[in-house]
Amino acid sequence: MKQQKYELIAKEHQAKNPKLKNATIAFLIGGLIGMLGEGLIELLCNIFHISRNNAGTIMIVIVIFLASLSTALGFFDKLVTKCKCGLLIPITGFAHSMTSAALDYKKEGPIYGIGSNIFKLAGSVILYGIVAAWFFGMIRYLLGGRI
Amino acid sequence: MLLIKSFLFCGIVCMIAQIILDNTKLTPGHITSIFVVFGAFLDSFSFYDKIIKTVGGGALLPITSFGHSLIHGALAKANNYGIMGILMGMFDLTATGITSAIIFAFVFTLIFKPKN
Repeated sequence: MKQQKYELIAKEHQAKNPKLKNATIAFLIGGLIGMLGEGLIELLCNIFHISRNNAGTIMIVIVIFLASLSTALGFFDKLVTKCKCGLLIPITGFAHSMTSAALDYKKEGPIYGIGSNIFKLAGSVILYGIVAAWFFGMIRYLLGGRI
Repeated sequence: MLLIKSFLFCGIVCMIAQIILDNTKLTPGHITSIFVVFGAFLDSFSFYDKIIKTVGGGALLPITSFGHSLIHGALAKANNYGIMGILMGMFDLTATGITSAIIFAFVFTLIFKPKN
């Protein structure tokens, strides 16, 4: 009887449908980052009169810079625990994983600390990206596809 | 108009990732790797290029675009240099992202102290 009562009380205090809430937050934050990227591209195109491709490259550098800086300043981790995939899936997550891994192992020295651990989390993205790109690229090339 | 499309596309990609994260045992590391592979797969039929054309900057930001630029650079070089071009052009388009991420991470690590 006590167990049942406890479960009832625990159920009442549980957050209501956290999955739906998480998904909505990820949608909004991810969307805002996408909008920021597009806005930056249009701004750069209009101010400096450069082509859209160049503006896209500069936009990515700016976003990576902001993500790295805010990770180093320490408040990006708190944002990630709140927004989760909204910040991890855009390129901000890539920059964040590199900076935070480097910072975490800083005390072990420049070679065996920063040097060998900087790709600890980002390495899997690069590895599987390259293997997949090579594999699909070979298939496409052998099938005679051209871009 | 592109702003709204960017918002929707980037938001939906992030939402799919969050739903996978909540409902399976996969970690964020698994999901980003899967998304990169998926991006490379989409561009092997030039499908991601069409998305970028219609959506704009919002399609450049999710990690799927990393896989897309890897294979895109590789295939562009392969047009001129044959099968070796796939190896030569792999980093052509992603070089800016990777290099800037490494440099910013290194510089900020030297400047700032870890906060724990």
